[in-house]
This record gives sequence, C-alpha cells and structure tokens, in this order.
Amino acid sequence: MTTDDVLEIRGLQKSFGRVQALREATMTLPRGQVTAIIGDNGAGKSTLVRCIVGVHAPDSGEVLLEGRPVNFANPEQARSAGIETVFQDLALVEDLTVAQNLFLGREVTRGFGPFHFLDRGRMRREAHTMVSKLAINVPQVNARVRRLSGGQRQAVSLARAAGFSSKLVVLDEPTAALGVQETARVEELITSLRDSGVTILLISHNFKQVMQIADHVQVMRAGRTVARRRVDETDGQELVALVTGATAEDGRDAASADDQKERTR
Amino acid sequence: MASTQAATPTSAPTEPRREWRLSEVSWPELASTLGLIVMAIFFAVLNPGYLSEGNVSAILQASAILIVLTVGQTFVIATGGIDLAVASTMTLGAIVLGEFYAAGWNIWAAALAGFVAAAIVGVINGLVIAKGGITDFIVTLGTLSAASGLALIIADGQKTTVVEPVLIKLSVNGIWIFSWSILIALALAVLGHVVLFHTRFGLHVLAIGGSEESSRSVGIRTWVVKTGVYVISAGLAGIAALLLVARVGAAEPAANTSFLLNSVAAVVLGGVSLFGGRATIAGPVVGALLLTALVNGLTRVGLSEFYQPLTVGIVVVLAAFITRFNK
Repeated sequence: MTTDDVLEIRGLQKSFGRVQALREATMTLPRGQVTAIIGDNGAGKSTLVRCIVGVHAPDSGEVLLEGRPVNFANPEQARSAGIETVFQDLALVEDLTVAQNLFLGREVTRGFGPFHFLDRGRMRREAHTMVSKLAINVPQVNARVRRLSGGQRQAVSLARAAGFSSKLVVLDEPTAALGVQETARVEELITSLRDSGVTILLISHNFKQVMQIADHVQVMRAGRTVARRRVDETDGQELVALVTGATAEDGRDAASADDQKERTR
Repeated sequence: MASTQAATPTSAPTEPRREWRLSEVSWPELASTLGLIVMAIFFAVLNPGYLSEGNVSAILQASAILIVLTVGQTFVIATGGIDLAVASTMTLGAIVLGEFYAAGWNIWAAALAGFVAAAIVGVINGLVIAKGGITDFIVTLGTLSAASGLALIIADGQKTTVVEPVLIKLSVNGIWIFSWSILIALALAVLGHVVLFHTRFGLHVLAIGGSEESSRSVGIRTWVVKTGVYVISAGLAGIAALLLVARVGAAEPAANTSFLLNSVAAVVLGGVSLFGGRATIAGPVVGALLLTALVNGLTRVGLSEFYQPLTVGIVVVLAAFITRFNK
C-alpha cells in the first residue's frame, strides 16, 4: 500500500448471527482527504465504521492504521491511537460548559505528588483556540452546551474530535438532525477541517452533500464495498445507480484500475 | 495521562474571562440561603433568644452530623444516584467504634475501625450498583436494612456507653461559637467543594450525572467514579459516626431514619437536581443548617415536637417546588 493512506481495511467480515453484515469489505482512506461512505440502509456502513473504531470486532480481515495492523477492543483504544469518532448523539454533556466538554476525559491538571487539580484557566484558553480555529459562529467556551444550537453543538463535537492531533476523524451522519442553514455551516466546518490536514471518513445519506464536500466516495451494497469513485469523476446519477445496483459494480480488475489511478496521481 | 497535545495557543488568544452574569446565579441555589435568613428573622421576632450567641452555637453544633452526611449524599446525587443507606451506615460505624472502644482500644483506633466498617458498606453499594448494574435505590435500600441489622447483631441490641474526655471536648470546646465538631464538618465540606469542582474526579461526577452515555463515549471509566461516590458517602458516614458517638455519649443501634431523610432533604433544599449533573456543596450545607435551625426554632417557640416532621416535610416539598418553578 502507499504510505499516504492513513487507514486501510482488507477483507473485513462481520456477521451477526445469520446476518452477514460485512463481506470482504476493502477500502483505503487517503491522508488529508474526505472519503464518504454511501449506501442504502443496511448496506453495512455503520458496521464497517464500528469495526474501524473498536465498537465491533471483525470476524476476519485486517485494519491497518498507517500501515500497522490494529485491533481495537473498544473506542477508547481507537481514540488513543488517533481515531476520533463523532457519533450521531455527539456525546456531549449538556450541563457542562463548552470548555469542559472539549476536554472531557483528558483534562489538563497541575499539581504535586498525589494531588492534581484541574487547570481550568489553561483549558479555557486552549478551548478558545480550538473553537476559534473552526471560525464559524464560535460559541462562548464558558457557555453550557444546553444553551447551544444544534449546529454549535456539532461544531463543539467536531472541534473536540479534531483538536487532539487525531489521525482520522470519523463522522457518522453529522448533519442528519440539522436544518438547512446549520447543515451548510457544518459542511463548511468539515471542509475547513480537511483543509487543516485532517483525514475524514464521512457516513452520509445525502448525495448532494457527498458531491460537495467529499474527495472520494466508497459505495457499499449488501455488506460489500462495491465501487469507489473520485468525486470529480462521477456524478449523482452514477452514485444513485451504484447504490441501488442499477449499474454493475466494479469488478476486481476495475477496482485495481481505480487504485492505479489513485496511486499515479 | 493528564497532559494533552491540544493546539498550543500560538498567539495570545483573547482571554476568555469567567463572567459572572446575574443570569448565571441560579435561584434554586440561592433559595436555601434566602430561606435561612427569612426563617432566622421570623424566629428571632417570636423568640428574642433565637439569635443569641448561645443558641446559634447550639444550632451549629447540632447541624454538624447532618452536614457531613449531606456532603456525601450530594456527591451521590450529583451522579444521578441516591444513597438510602447513609444513616444506617453511620449507625454501623458507631456500633463498631463502640465495640472496639469497649474492648479497650484507643478511641482514635476505634474510630478508625468504625470508619473502615462504614467505608466497606460504600464499596459494596458502589460495586453492586456500578458493576452489577442494579438500581441504586434498590441496592441502598438493601444495605440500609443490612447495615442496621448488622449493627443490631454486633451490639446485641444494647447501647455501649463511650465516656471519653476527647469526645466531650469535640462537642463542648471550639473557637467562638463554633464547636470542634462543626469545624470538622465545615472543613469536610470545603474539601468536598475542592474535590467536586477542582479535580478530574469531581468533573467526571458531574459529567456522569449529566450524561452517563456521553461520559462513557469519551473514555471515562464510569464504574470507578460511581463506586467512588458511594465510598465517599459511606466514608463520610463513618466520620459522622464519631461525631454521633461524641454527641450522644454512647453507641446506639438506633435506626437514625431522620438523618437519612434530612440528608436528602438538605440536598434538595440546596438546589441540587435529583437527576444529577448540576450540584454545589454550599447549597446543601446551607440546606442542612436550615433544617437544623428550623427544628431548633420550632422547639424554642414551644411547638410540640410532633409538629416538627410535618413542618420539615412541608419546607422540603416547598423548596422542590421552587426549584422546579425556576427551571
């Protein structure tokens, strides 16, 4: 594999009882780019992501992070290896402030011996820098999350995922619960995150959104990764056809040709 | 672990200052203080001796045990749980103290034994709730019964007199109107405040009360924190056991039910949400003072003690109502 892939998965299999959720799923995530996974409900998108971030253990197959095989037992391990996930529920605590949420689980402390106290001032300052980078509609870091709009909450969750020198940020339907305007803001956020060098894996149902903000599209159908396209070499119609199965999937040869294109780029 | 590779501020960012806006000061948290002041004036008018140095000192002295229990209860309730065993844990601690004292142990060694016995109840509560996934209400209801039953068995239903000069000094001596026992209680409250608001553990307590699911997603070991709050509550009950023995002059296997109810009531009076996530230590401490001052006042104006539980009940429900109304 090329060294410029942050993550590569090879032949991932996962079944739940008699349901085969993943069949030989294979995919690469090029560094610093947005790769979107699309597919119908039940195509295996969520299962694939959950296998990557350690929620599920795959039955067979490999996950390679920067070329090294990894096998995460839980999301915390994935997180400490540099894979941050923004779940649909955002995992924010509404009664805590923006700054407290940004640092939740990895607070900065100072102290001596066994006594460690929260360095609240430093966390507030750094939180301010983290949300300022995202630049759009910056929430006050001292405000409780309860007071924020849906888009602002998404921004906080994104800032948290991006703020700790993560190698890969996984976004699970980031705009599913948002209105039109907030969706646009979050899309801007994702793009600016990408521009700052973060590799992003995006799960989305929204083809228009995928065409707008993704660099690559991975199509899944019935647990298999059936086709891969560069966004600038495809269009919405072809994607719809690939998702529904109206267009034949990439054959093995076609897939490797696609890979060739990638590498020579 | 504590460090982070977060973006280092390149240029000095505009310092986000902690702003104190009036809207941030929540009424439920102030309600207990206002209530205490209004009530003090009310009783002072009816009974001029109410605010005398001697009586204020007596109120403070009488509130020490409840304050200690309330601080522990606050930690548990801040996670969204409840510790119904807190009073019987104190009873068990007192009985163990009394037994070891009667066996000839030094008073401090006996007190330590009582503290350990109480803390063990907390460990059991915490592990069964956090690891076993059984509802806090049921588990602590069980240990409420088990701890007081154990106290009865150990004491054989008898009280053990503990006459120890040091313990008498604890209640009688002190600084100005503050006896040593209330000073100990206030010191523990300050310690509780520091732990709740200035340590990772305290932040995680509030985070779990706010959303256990989110806390788990960001990698907080929720079972450790949840076990921790029950150990804190029971450990404080173990310290309260010493104050109780000092106050009564004996270790009695009594139920002490009013301490349980009042500890929960003080937390509610202090404006802490029973659903967890938001808490202060100062509020419940003032709540505990208020309840004690209320009972003292009712006694001083000559109201039969039969009226006291009724009045306390009305005050607590009223306070809960105000809290809800302000949300």
